[in-house]
Amino acid sequence: MLKKRIIPCLDIQNGRTVKGINFVGIRDAGDPIDLAKRYVQEGADELVFLDITATIENRDTLVSLVDRIAKEIDIPFTVGGGINSVEDVSRIITAGADKVSVNSSAVRRPELIREIANEFGSQCVTVAIDTQKTKQGWKVFTHGGRKETELMTIDWASKAEELGAGEILLTSMNNDGTKEGFALEITEQVSEQVNLPVIASGGAGVEKDFEILFNTTKATAGLAASIFHNNEIHIQDLKKYLKTKQIPVRCK
Amino acid sequence: MIAIIKYNAGNTCSVQNALERLGYETIITDNEEELQKADKVIFPGVGEASTAMTYLRDRGLDQVILRLKQPVLGICLGLQLMCEASEEGDVSCLGIFKSKVYKFPNTEITPHMGWNDFTDLKGVLMKGLKKTNDVYFVHNYYADLSNETTAVCNYIKPFSAALEKDNFYATQFHPEKSADIGEKILKNFLDL
Repeated sequence: MLKKRIIPCLDIQNGRTVKGINFVGIRDAGDPIDLAKRYVQEGADELVFLDITATIENRDTLVSLVDRIAKEIDIPFTVGGGINSVEDVSRIITAGADKVSVNSSAVRRPELIREIANEFGSQCVTVAIDTQKTKQGWKVFTHGGRKETELMTIDWASKAEELGAGEILLTSMNNDGTKEGFALEITEQVSEQVNLPVIASGGAGVEKDFEILFNTTKATAGLAASIFHNNEIHIQDLKKYLKTKQIPVRCK
Repeated sequence: MIAIIKYNAGNTCSVQNALERLGYETIITDNEEELQKADKVIFPGVGEASTAMTYLRDRGLDQVILRLKQPVLGICLGLQLMCEASEEGDVSCLGIFKSKVYKFPNTEITPHMGWNDFTDLKGVLMKGLKKTNDVYFVHNYYADLSNETTAVCNYIKPFSAALEKDNFYATQFHPEKSADIGEKILKNFLDL
């Protein structure tokens, strides 16, 4: 049986792991390779590396980091942040990443999804959607959640699927950082709407949040950052817990 | 020396990294002499079947692969290209394995992405593996079952997770991305 995936996310700045507190007060939290290795040991199913600076000057730093990660890590990993073109993707994939995630750049120019899928295959393209509930419903936000767009989340997810996305990474800004659980409503809507794997992100605080996510939505993966990073939830314990709740997970 | 076949759909980097972690020397090449000289040959692949087959045929690489005598391991698209034919681009493939390759019905979530297990294990590649072991899959197309199937995975329907015939071996999953279990399978191949 296909297992539900548990995915830790690492924020990267200038080739280092960073930890942000509500998008401010970002501080250095060590070498990404060390943390990535720890997660692999603990039984993470995949890793996501998000370059939160993503400026042109930092591209080379990111590419050399991806190269180092690929040499050390023997599970799949996705790299996102500032990917604007097929050339950007080519450098990241050639360095050894399995997938790239695109967010604002795909909203700005949706054809980018198709271009990447045509060149590298759908399985390489994760479309990351930052969503927030507004008066009109769940809408897409870009630029790290700072900019509201006209797009409804459901419509954008469908469009991404049509253009060749291989996966959706759905982050609820309402839930992110709250530790009060995943955004079940929009996760369920999106995972019912598209026939793609959906990674739910934002809001995980306790082990039970993952159980509820997998029992009430069709999400195939749950992503979190700080709770894993700060050892509030140990991945191995989380998986043991989910297994006792009859949720299929990979246990080492 | 382990040769990795160089072509337009090879994710050579991950395979190369995995082999180097195991302490093997690798060469990425499309040169027949170099391929023939290698102890083992790996045929990786991520991409589209008909584009890849056209590339291989244009360069005569299809015949080169068929002539190889040492153990050859196809991975993911590599496995599919070693089959009889693929629905992806409606193309005839290398015909090493009698399986045909079909698209998963899109009534379910595709691609089949993530860790899954297998049953009906046999053959040397899967030696020492257990039904409870999970390996990493990511694919939209699958090879159907035959008597060459050495591991069966079930997603939407049962399909060939691994195949073996003579000196040819193949896995639909990615051993190079399947942590310690994947390493064990690669070692089984490298120890042949």
